[in-house]
Amino acid sequence: MGAYFKEIFTGFWSLLVGMSITIREMTKPVVTEQYPYEASVMTSRFRGHIELVPNEEGGNKCIVCGMCMRSCPSACITVEGEKREGIKGKALTRYRLDFTRCSLCGMCVESCRPGAIRFSKDYNLAGTKKAAYIFDLLKRLEEQNK
Amino acid sequence: MDSELIRVIAFLVGIIAFAALNAAYLVWLERKGAAHIQRRIGPKEVGPFGLLQPMVDGIKLMTKQILIPDGVDPVLFRLAPILAMVPAIMSFVTIPFSETLVARNINVGLLMIFAFASVNVLALLLGGWASNNKYAVISAARAVSQNIAYEIPMLITVITMVMITGTLNLNEIVAQQPNISQWYIFRFSASPLMPVAFLIFFICSLAETNRAPFDLGEAESELVAGFHTEYSSMGFGLFFMGEYANIVIGCSLAVVLFLGGWQDPFGLYPGVWWFLLKLYLLIFTVIWIRWTFPRTQFYGLLNLSWKILIPVSMFNLLLTAGFLKVF
Ligand code: SF4
Ligand code: SF4
Repeated sequence: MGAYFKEIFTGFWSLLVGMSITIREMTKPVVTEQYPYEASVMTSRFRGHIELVPNEEGGNKCIVCGMCMRSCPSACITVEGEKREGIKGKALTRYRLDFTRCSLCGMCVESCRPGAIRFSKDYNLAGTKKAAYIFDLLKRLEEQNK
Repeated sequence: MDSELIRVIAFLVGIIAFAALNAAYLVWLERKGAAHIQRRIGPKEVGPFGLLQPMVDGIKLMTKQILIPDGVDPVLFRLAPILAMVPAIMSFVTIPFSETLVARNINVGLLMIFAFASVNVLALLLGGWASNNKYAVISAARAVSQNIAYEIPMLITVITMVMITGTLNLNEIVAQQPNISQWYIFRFSASPLMPVAFLIFFICSLAETNRAPFDLGEAESELVAGFHTEYSSMGFGLFFMGEYANIVIGCSLAVVLFLGGWQDPFGLYPGVWWFLLKLYLLIFTVIWIRWTFPRTQFYGLLNLSWKILIPVSMFNLLLTAGFLKVF
């Protein structure tokens, strides 16, 4: 009999404790992020698709050595370049990234000796066609410079 | 036109509007309450503070198609949502919002409300049974056994109250509680267990309206959506509005029976505002409870009723009878 009443009282007490916790949580500030209006800064190790690193003049540092192209296990990258006057080596004319196959392994970034590519912080990707994920990174860099 | 007809029409429109507005804005309050308890914001896009959200949801529900699946019972399937909503609206007829603001001051008002409240479980049973869906049938069976289990302690408590008040007329019951020391929840001269009686009544009305933590009828993790699995559009909408209207009825009754209805705690300015204030405080508690406790298991639910609520309410009944005889 005593145990019966004890169970009722401890049970009821635990319910009150629970309710006091939720009412206190209710008065505390909101912790969620209102996403389209505010976005959090990505951490330094976040890996978006790769992008070209701009140099001081806003151009790129790529010497078209093709190391990234060869090191990519998924063959996502195609680089094209041409000889130009006054430039040692080649100048980049097209940097095609097929992001549909990229596994974000980072081999390309590691194999690039001049440090011309890095991971972007771009996570807002959406598209209805495969073509939306095939980027021309050189054009992307030029658009960013505008 | 004679004034009686105008009165009937005015109250009819008023009650339906009150029930529908409450159903709409309690959903909003529920979502806001849930959100802030979980430290989110809740609806905020449609209108200031998301205040237009219920309107938009209502329009969405109304413009959807009512799907009648194959193999359902065509009559009962259509009847069930109406049966869920109509008794709830009927019960408003006798609720005294203030001394004069009551559609019909019926002498057996309390009895009438309980008569209509028991139709609600029939709606769930018919809805589940007519749906030709195994989840709906299981849910209907649960709802019935739950309602039977909780109707008993609730009615025993109400009998205790009627023994004390000596009337079934809700307005007279309110008139007997002019200030806070005479509210029936604190009327220790009638029985030292009055606050317990209030608690039993409140728990039972939660269970009767199938609210969390007693929402086993629509346990979505096991039963999809329970008895309204097959309902779309306003069929679902009526079940939903019926649930909220029943919450309002349950809380109104608790306010009338135990918390002095439209009476001021200090006996100064009685009126409809006191009724609404107490009503919405209780409704907020209902929402608060929902977002605090997880759903109980089915045997836990029945154990609570048969092992605790029924014996305690029985004891309270006997104690009150003794007190009434002796004092
Ligand atoms: S991250 Fe890996 S898979 Fe992606 S482009 Fe670079 S090397 Fe290829
Ligand atoms: S990005 Fe780096 S590795 Fe790739 S071609 Fe240019 S310089 Fe070579």
